[in-house]
Amino acid sequence: MSEGWVPEIRATDEMSAEERRRLVASMRPEDAEPVPELHEVDVPDELRERIESAMAKYPQIRSASLPALWAVQRHYGWCTPEGIRQAAAVMGVTPGYLESVATFYDLFRTSPVGRHSILVCHNLSCWLRGAEDVVDAFCEAAGVDADEVDHIGGSSEDGEVYLKGFECMGACDIAPMASIDERYYGPLTPADARDAIEQLRSGAEPLPDKALGKRGAAGGPEPEPDPRVKAGES
Amino acid sequence: MAQETRMLFRRIDEPGLASIETYRRLGGYRMLERALKELEPEELLSTLEDSGLRGRGGAGFSMGKKASFLPRGDMDKFLCCNADESEPGAFKDRELMQKNPHQLIEGVVIAAIAAGAGWAFIFIRGEYAEMADILDRAVEEAYEAGYLGENILDTGCRVELVVHRGAGAYICGEETALLDSLEGKRGNPRLKPPFPAIQGLYGGPTLINNVETLSNVPHIVANGADWFKSFGTEQSPGTKVVSVSGCVQRPGNYEIELGIPARDLIYGLAGGPPEGREVKAWFPGGSSAPILTAAELDLPYSFEALADAGSMLGSGSIIVADDTVSIPHLALRTARFYHHESCGKCTPCREGTNWTVKMLERVISGEATPMDLDVISSVQDNIIGNCLCVLGDSMAMPIGSMVAKFRGEFEAAIEAGRAAAPRPLDESPTDARPVPLEATA
Repeated sequence: MSEGWVPEIRATDEMSAEERRRLVASMRPEDAEPVPELHEVDVPDELRERIESAMAKYPQIRSASLPALWAVQRHYGWCTPEGIRQAAAVMGVTPGYLESVATFYDLFRTSPVGRHSILVCHNLSCWLRGAEDVVDAFCEAAGVDADEVDHIGGSSEDGEVYLKGFECMGACDIAPMASIDERYYGPLTPADARDAIEQLRSGAEPLPDKALGKRGAAGGPEPEPDPRVKAGES
Repeated sequence: MAQETRMLFRRIDEPGLASIETYRRLGGYRMLERALKELEPEELLSTLEDSGLRGRGGAGFSMGKKASFLPRGDMDKFLCCNADESEPGAFKDRELMQKNPHQLIEGVVIAAIAAGAGWAFIFIRGEYAEMADILDRAVEEAYEAGYLGENILDTGCRVELVVHRGAGAYICGEETALLDSLEGKRGNPRLKPPFPAIQGLYGGPTLINNVETLSNVPHIVANGADWFKSFGTEQSPGTKVVSVSGCVQRPGNYEIELGIPARDLIYGLAGGPPEGREVKAWFPGGSSAPILTAAELDLPYSFEALADAGSMLGSGSIIVADDTVSIPHLALRTARFYHHESCGKCTPCREGTNWTVKMLERVISGEATPMDLDVISSVQDNIIGNCLCVLGDSMAMPIGSMVAKFRGEFEAAIEAGRAAAPRPLDESPTDARPVPLEATA
């Protein structure tokens, strides 16, 4: 085989046995993506600390790949190729491995997005209570294409807002709802959507009256406890 | 008027309940102490098994029996609390973790001791950032108070607890996908057997239980199996936190005794559909459960009664659709979710969810014929039981039941769609026409 032979890129099942043999012979272990050496990669101290403390929490360090990607996303705003490389160096895995993990999960972003993230639920319970109008209002207020929001999510031109239609987030009691910067808000009206975008753009707290954290149990205050429950209390 | 029976939700809105002081003031962590100092792990296991507590995550398998499947011996064993609550319509675990995290932690530690697990994990879905922060704080408090760590309450017993945050994947609620995700991989389900009880996390024996199941544990240890069985029905003992949502006036979590009529839940507690509307259909156990109709509202809300009716209690999440809702549109929303969340590992699920969505889109846009409804049904039959996990089945069951129970409405939708967008008979849906041979030259 001549030096510098480059295999043709096509499906292996279309190749002859000889072509396949040549392809396999041309693959060398040293061509595989190496684990980046920690001393060759410049990792910000804060990021490195976060990843290392996550690695220390588990019986096996590979379990820290999700926390490591969270740390990268927190540091850079999204999982940048450089950030993934830094995390890979700290964890001793290939960047490709971490990238394969990052692309599996909906909450990891592998391309740049707006500063504030708004995930609007469009699943059953929210849809039954008018989520479509809320999604439309968010799109219009943020100036993001509705079709894009429905699929991969889109960011506003000023880079302030990232908007994505999302599957059930487990807050159907406040449907229709949205998660704004990782906090839940609902029930939302189209007017709330417009307010939230405006508040985020002006740096104010969004929809303080609609935060989930402030909500009591749906059944209201404690009913008279069942005598059996009472008897069981110490 | 139906009433709640609050056991897990007792004093749920007590100010400061999420802190260890308040939880302890209300009697918390005493059961852990008792479990450690007065009871043998074997006794704990048999109490849990005798109580008849069934898993609250969806499958409804006996919790004590599952724990007893773990091999005895000194190997490393693990407990995973499944807090990846992602079933559309389910939000009970969220409120339990948000408001009473120590009840869960106490249950986790007791279950870990019973199962002989030295490591415990709470796998919480990534969207629940607020609840993960609350749990992190609570776990820290429990470590400081000596309820977790290398030497719990000076008994020499060791349980380490880690809160592991997911990153948005419904499939990670499936127990083996959860384990892969916890090992730092993509969340793909594994082939079973071996079951996690024998080979789970890091290849070791692993017990996996839902948040609500584990939150029940301190109450059972405190009061005994017979006390627990005085709630609910014979085959579904205990209380259940039920998430009611959709077209009802007061959506939310209601803790009830298992076995009360579903009507009491939907109309009594949740207020029924808005004024002037009627219940048309309801999912009794999240969007994966075969749909039920208004005629089935008087069924007892229990594992066995819903199974007999051809559906399931699942995670205990009721989604109500009233008479203004179009069932074909409801079906499309449902199918889209599973299409989006299929991990792609098994062909019947990956392709079946994809084509079901396309066919339902055709039904609504007027490009389908009534014969397509039979194709939709046959696709569902080809998914069920043919994959590593039940994600595909979870779409196939509700879609199949909707087509079976509301076939007339699907046919009407097809007719209406065709009338609105008439298409000449010789035109195929893709507008593709045969190309004359000479044009290819």
